[in-house]
Parts: sequence; structure tokens; C-alpha cells
Amino acid sequence: MDNRDSQEIRIGFYICHCGSNIAAMVDCPAVAKAIGKLAGVVLTRDYKYMCSDPGQELIRKDIAEFKLNRVVVASCSPLLHEKTFRGAVEAGGLNPFYFHMVNIREHDAWVHTDKAEATEKACALSRAAIRRVAKHKALEVKRVSVHPDVLVVGGGIAGIHAAMTIANAGRKVYLVEREPSIGGHMAKFDKTFPTLDCAACILTPKMSEAGSHPNITLMTYSEVAKMDGYVGNYTVTIKRKPRYIKEDVCTGCQECIANCVYKEPKFRDEFNEGLGKRKPVYIPFPQATPQVVAIDSRTCLNFKGGVLTDMCKKSCVAACGEKQAIDFTQQEILQEVKVGAIIIATGFQPFDAARIPQYGYGRYPNVYTALEIERLVNASGPTSGHVIMRDGTEPKSIGIIHCVGSRDQKTNRWCSKVCCMYSLKLAHLLKEHTGAEIYNFYIDMRTPGKGYEEFYDKLLEEGVHFIRGRVGEVTDWAASPEEEGKLVVRVEDTLAGYVRRIPFDMVVLATGLEPKSDAQDVRRLFNMSCGSEGFFLERHPKLAPVSTFSDGIYIAGCCQGPRDIPDTVAQAGAAAAEVLVLVDKGYIEQEPNTAFILDEECCGCKSCIPLCPYTAITFDATRKKAVINEALCKGCGTCVAACPSGSIVQNLFEDDEIFSEIEGVLAHD
Amino acid sequence: MSKPKVAFYWCASCGGCEETVVDLAEDILGVVELVDIVLWPVAMDFKYADIEAMPDKSITATLLNGAIRSTEQEEMARLLRRKSQFLIAYGACAHTGGIPGLANQFPREQILSFNYQDAPTVVNEAKLRPQLETTEEGRTVHLPRLHNVVRTLDQVVDVDYYVPGCPPTPKLTRAAITALLEGNLPPKGSVIAPDHALCEECSRKDTKPDKWDFSSFSRTHQKLMDETCFLAQGVVCMGPATRAGCEAVCTSGGMPCTGCFGATSRVRDQGAKMLSALCSNIAAKDEDEIEATLGSIPDPVGTFYRYGLAGSILRRKLNLPPDEQG
Repeated sequence: MDNRDSQEIRIGFYICHCGSNIAAMVDCPAVAKAIGKLAGVVLTRDYKYMCSDPGQELIRKDIAEFKLNRVVVASCSPLLHEKTFRGAVEAGGLNPFYFHMVNIREHDAWVHTDKAEATEKACALSRAAIRRVAKHKALEVKRVSVHPDVLVVGGGIAGIHAAMTIANAGRKVYLVEREPSIGGHMAKFDKTFPTLDCAACILTPKMSEAGSHPNITLMTYSEVAKMDGYVGNYTVTIKRKPRYIKEDVCTGCQECIANCVYKEPKFRDEFNEGLGKRKPVYIPFPQATPQVVAIDSRTCLNFKGGVLTDMCKKSCVAACGEKQAIDFTQQEILQEVKVGAIIIATGFQPFDAARIPQYGYGRYPNVYTALEIERLVNASGPTSGHVIMRDGTEPKSIGIIHCVGSRDQKTNRWCSKVCCMYSLKLAHLLKEHTGAEIYNFYIDMRTPGKGYEEFYDKLLEEGVHFIRGRVGEVTDWAASPEEEGKLVVRVEDTLAGYVRRIPFDMVVLATGLEPKSDAQDVRRLFNMSCGSEGFFLERHPKLAPVSTFSDGIYIAGCCQGPRDIPDTVAQAGAAAAEVLVLVDKGYIEQEPNTAFILDEECCGCKSCIPLCPYTAITFDATRKKAVINEALCKGCGTCVAACPSGSIVQNLFEDDEIFSEIEGVLAHD
Repeated sequence: MSKPKVAFYWCASCGGCEETVVDLAEDILGVVELVDIVLWPVAMDFKYADIEAMPDKSITATLLNGAIRSTEQEEMARLLRRKSQFLIAYGACAHTGGIPGLANQFPREQILSFNYQDAPTVVNEAKLRPQLETTEEGRTVHLPRLHNVVRTLDQVVDVDYYVPGCPPTPKLTRAAITALLEGNLPPKGSVIAPDHALCEECSRKDTKPDKWDFSSFSRTHQKLMDETCFLAQGVVCMGPATRAGCEAVCTSGGMPCTGCFGATSRVRDQGAKMLSALCSNIAAKDEDEIEATLGSIPDPVGTFYRYGLAGSILRRKLNLPPDEQG
């Protein structure tokens, strides 16, 4: 078959009925007839399903029989079947890029109600493709090798599971975690719904396995500072914050903590949501991985304002003894790693309950967030699992308010998906710990999931009360003697049909899940997109749920949207599988729609240099020309449009091709 | 063998292109020695009837400057096309429409009423306007009619070559004439000038930063400029979007490029390209700030399409009807 660009153009045009998807709104035979009259078109066909095997076979045979050298298929979105038809064209012996696809389904049949007009539009779009395809050139798909190592960002359950899966498959993984220990939110939970498994019991073995896995390089207290490169070949700079402890020397004996000059813990304990105290030298929680302490330079006496002063008598150093694991001179270091694929599992942040002032969080000491309750009922928590409130008493009555920062036009509109279930779990645990009367205030109970509805039934049997209605306010203003000294929940009971005031000792706010406050920075760092609510956007909500619009970057867990632990683990496994597909294949094929510089013509004006979102363009200072790294180019066309002398050309989007297309749309039959 | 015949003609132009021919200085004598000039209204006396009487294709080359604005200019363009083997669009106006092409922003009536009545320097209480036909002493004289739209030469007749510039430099003129006389011609339709952008020739090129990051633009009279890249100083310079060949006479003389050589062969719309390059490099990300930055360019059409409006994709204001003749 003749694969030269300059030859007599012989176009085959195929229009697909797509069952009745297209044929119901577009007169396919009429389009075929109209297109058949255009210059260069030697054959037109309309066919029920072009994507079917016989449909593809048709193209293959026609290429041989009619000596076609260009093919246009008018059917669905190229996202669905461009590959299919390019394959058929290639099977017919033609270069696969002598093909163009017209979308007359999503862009036409599905969005119109007038058949005559839709048919006319199909003709216009097809005419554009016929004119364009004549200008197409033979292109080559290039292969780029993939670095076998993988980076996982975020050491919560999603990151741990993904890293373990990939490591178990024999690939090297860098697991980067911002905090001193991996574990994430799950490490803070007491039990998990609906099975009431102890969260630590199921998580910590995975944590320590990840920590000691020969294929996993754990980088805690670290953050990604920069990402360069492209799918298969990323260079990632990781900022390693100083913990003032030599990680490879510290044995986790914690003698330093015991011997700190602070005899008593004095500072806010982040792991326990501020309900407990810790010392400047600390280990976040008993099962922390790695079992390495950290020194907080903001509170350590040996520092002032984060600057080393050497003013402390350093009893910790003495306690560490010959190990000499403490190193106050540590500096932040930047470490570069090369990886082929990246999984982002940076998780969520709980809604800040203080944003809804009428619920009194921060104002009334006995108003708690759900995460605080997790720590309060936890045996290794600040109260060793005794539910003692901030005022030192044990609650006899507890109200749990659902949808705090969820399903709310004023704060976050989405359902956080897990709050109904964790509220049920907390109701169960609080009842178990205190025997208190417990009320749940809900808008709707949402308990889809294996064993979830049954868990709800169980709570109903346990005598937990459920009141349907969004709580108006929590107040300490007593309207009757029995409300004196209590927190009064004012709510419209929408089932009973009247407004109620119910006094409680303790109020728990089931705070929703929202994107991390720095999600936008992370998005930019990794060239991802965010949905309107700020969670990272998947490539396709149904068919590519863990992929992103950046090839080689995958997402797992709550950074993509609120979900529970089983879903998170499943998603992490899926992301790991996608990564393994990429890494094990060893190479990627690059769509040749890349841009290139016409070297002779480039005048070195540098207009394009700062524009490339993929940093594919550099300036060769000796030759004074711009240079595009083809492997980095994603074919976005930004530089092509901006080049003022027209010296950047993009394959498949050459000016001639685009102008022919425009003229085709505007031409009359 | 007789000497090759050459014609010079002017349409809607300022006369600057004629000046360039004279600027060939003593070289003009060499040219005159080698050719027979059969038409050159600015310098020599010929009658149109003489041209009409010549056999078709008997003129070797016609260098025509100026845009096509009137019926007379169109008539002459067609006549000279017929009589010439090579028709050369000489200078920015014939090539891309030039300064006269900027009239395509306004209706003909607006132009006439401003120029003959409303301009502050005009006193015309009787509201007299030139008439297409006037009879005096029994003789009827005609004036050509203005078309609604100013056109480039190649929008009216087939053009063989283009010599760009406002005006073309003597060096390019010499190169074009030499190529013609020696029969050493590039492919038909070529612009006789290099095909890269002006930055290539500009002495300020090395001072251009990797990032422009425009936050506002100034006009040349609004700031003191140094020897560095104009764009880096926030002054619109059309250099990156303009064909080279002038040897950067403006930028080395302290003025930014205004784009008279037109775009390179790879660009269909010089103004759009320069706009695209500038807008891609604006520092502001917020819409209001972007507006403010762009607002510092008071006359975008006159800035980006100074010489190219008639030949651009925009071509004319949408509500201007094309003429009876196109």
C-alpha cells in the first residue's frame, strides 16, 4: 500500500448507524450520498455498527480493493473508537494516521431533536474531515521506556495498600508521608464499621510490614517538592524535613522521651486531636512506623523559634547514650528519585466544625468532633479509653449530629458518605463505654454497603434514638430546670412534626470529609485536575476511576472523594494494578500529535519557552533556538498557537489541516 | 535583442515605494541601462493608451505598489496583469493592504464625510464632495469611485512575487530586480525576503529574557527606552511575528518593529499570531488584571494589523458590504 503523503488522494468514507443511536437522528444514507460527491472521495458506505468485526473488516478490504489511501469514519467519540479504526486502517496496510474520525453521535445525534438539521450537521462535520484527511501525513508511534520504580504519595491506608501491592509484585516503591509516621486517619480510629474490628489491629501489621519491606523505601516526615518529566520517566524531588534523629540509628527505645527536660508532656498532641499532651521529643503513637522518635523544633528548648541555640542541657542526648541517634544539626534535605509512575493518596481533612458556629464547637467544651471521640474511646488514647469529658465528668446523655459540613449549601454540598456509618459506630462504642442515652440527629440515614444496613438495625435494637431533622443549634441557654447546665439541641423532628429541645451532657459532631487545604498545590505539582469541590478528578468517573488526565499519575482514597476503608483499599489495589500494567509492560506508546520546532525557521524569540505546561521546551543558548523534548510533549498546542512566526508545528494539527477542516464546515454542498 | 520592458505603477500608496526605487541611487542607472521602462507615472510621461496598445505579456515585469482602493486602481491592476509576464506586488500596501487597509474598519461614507466635512481642519459649509462625473465647458470628466473595501493586489489579480516592506529596502529591491533580470526566480508566490522572524536579525535579541510576563504595555513616547529587547521593556514590538529582511533598521534605530514586512510564509494572520504570543505571556492570571494589562494597548488593530488588516483573516469590519466589484 502506498504510504506516501504526496499521491492522488483516494478517500473511503464510512458512516455508522450505531444501531439507532445515530440513525434515529441522522439520515446516514443521505450523508453518505452527499459526501460521495466531494473531491477525492472514491467510496462511501453506511453500516450498522462500524466498530464491529465485520465493520472493521469492511475498511480493511476496501483499502485493498479500491486502493484507498485515506479513511474517514463518522461515528462516535474518538475517545471510544479512534484506536479501533486506526487499527483497522493499519490492518489494511495504511499508515494509521491516514485516518480521521468524525463524532456524529455525542456531538450531533444525541444533542439534536431535528433530523434534517442533524443530518446537515453530520454532512458539515464529515465534509470538514474529508478536507482535513487529505492533508494528513504518515506518522510514527514512538515507544518510550518506563522506569520500573514507583512513587506513592501519602502513607494512609490507601498509600500503604498500594505500596504493599506493588512491592509484593517485586517493584521498588518510594512511600512518602508528610507526618513522622505512616498510618493516616485510619491509625486514629478505634474500631471500624460494621464489623467493629479494631482499626489498629488490622492496620498496624500492614504498617510495620510496609516499614520493613525490602522493596519499600519509607520516607516519613517528607513532602514532594517538585515533579519533572513525563509518564514512565518522572524525576521527583522530595523534601525531607529534619526530625533531628538519625532514622537508621534510632531503635525506638524512647529513653530520650522519658529523660526529656520536660518532666511532664506539655504540648498539643496532634495525633490525639489535642486531647492529650506530648513532649518536644515524641513518637506520635505506640505503633508508629517507623519506630523512630522526632524532635519538634518549635517546642524543643534547644531551639528558639526553630533556630538551634544549644541552650538546653540535652538530657535526651545523654539518655540516648552511645547510639548517638540525636542530631540537632540536621537540615532539610532535597532528595531526587526517578520513577515511572506515581500514585497520589494524600487523603482528606475533616471539616472544621468551628465553621458552623451555631453548633458551638470550640465554644462549649463538651462539644466534640467525631475524630476526637475516636481518640477518646481508644484504649491507647489520652484517657485510655475512658470517656471523660473536658470538664472531667462522664456523659450520661449524648447527642450525635450528622452531616456537619456535608449536604449543606452553606459549607460543603456533597455527602461525605462515611458519617452515617461512623456515627452509628460511635453511638455503639459510646453506649458500650458509658451506658449513656444516645440520640442521632440525621437528615437521611445512608447505609448502603455490605453489612451496613444490618448494623443500623442492630443499633436500633440497642436502643439508640434516631431523630430525623437537621439540628438548628446547640445552646447552653436553659429554658427549663432540667436543661440547666446541659447542652440543648434544638431540632425540628420532621417525623414527629414539631420542634424539640433535647438536653445532653455531650454533643458529637459528625464532621464531613473535605479536600486537604493544600489540594490545589498538590494538583499543580502533579499536573492533575480537581472537580469543583476540590477533590482530584479521575479520568473517567466509570471507566477510568483511578487514572488522571496526566498519564502515569493515579489517584486512590479520599483525595479523589469521600469513601470508606473497604472502598479505599479496593481503589488503592486498582491504582496499584494500573501502575503495574504500565511498569511491567516496560514501554509506552506515544500518540504522535506532538509539536516540533522548525529549526531553520525558529528565530529564537523565546515566546514559547515559559508556556509549556509540561516543561518540554528549552532554549538552546548556543544555537539560539527553542528545542522541544518530544517525549515530554503532550500535544496541547499552546506553543504552536503562541509561536509568532509559525515555526512550531504540531503533528495532526498543522495549520493546513485545521484550516481545511474549518473551510469544510463552512463550505456549501 | 530588445531590452526587457519594465513598468512601475502606484495605486493606494503614499509614494514612499517610488522613493525606494530612487533610493537605489546610482544603481538605478544600471537598471535603466538593462531595461526599457515603459510606465512610471511618478517620473516619466506615458499614457495609459500606450500600455493598452501593447500586446499581452509584452512587459517582462510590473512592479506595482499600493493597495487597490478605487475603480481606476483595479482597472490598472487588471490591465498591467494582462500585459505583464510577472506582476510583482511591491511594498506593504500591495502585499498586505498596508496603511490604507486600516480604512477597512470604517464605512466609506464615514471616511468621506470625515475627510470632506467633519475633520476639524476642514471648512466646507457647502458640503461639497468630489463627484464621479462632472461636466464643464461641454466636457464630461470622470473620477474613479472608491470601493467599500480596500484590497491587497492578490485579492484582485494573480500575483507572481511579493517584495515586502513599508517601503521595501533598496537592498531587497535590488535583489528582486536582479533575480528578475537573471531569470533566477524562486517559486511563484514567494515573498522575496528571508522566511524567519525579525528577531533573527535584531541586535537586541540576546537581551530578551526567557519570560516576558507582561503586566502593562507602554507606547514609545511614554517611556525612556534602553538598548534591550523592546518586549522586555513592555513595548509592543512586532518583530517576533514579522518577516525579516529589513536588517532590523527600526529596532537598531531605537524604534520597535511595527510589522511592515508581514508574516512569515507559515502564518496566515500576523496580527492574530502576535496577539496570541503576547496574550500567552501576560503575567496576570485573574481576568480583571488581564483586562487591565491589555487595556494599556489603546489601538489593537492599529498595533497588530497596522499593515496587514486588508490581507488578514479579519480583512474588514463585518458590517462593511463588499463592493459591486468585490
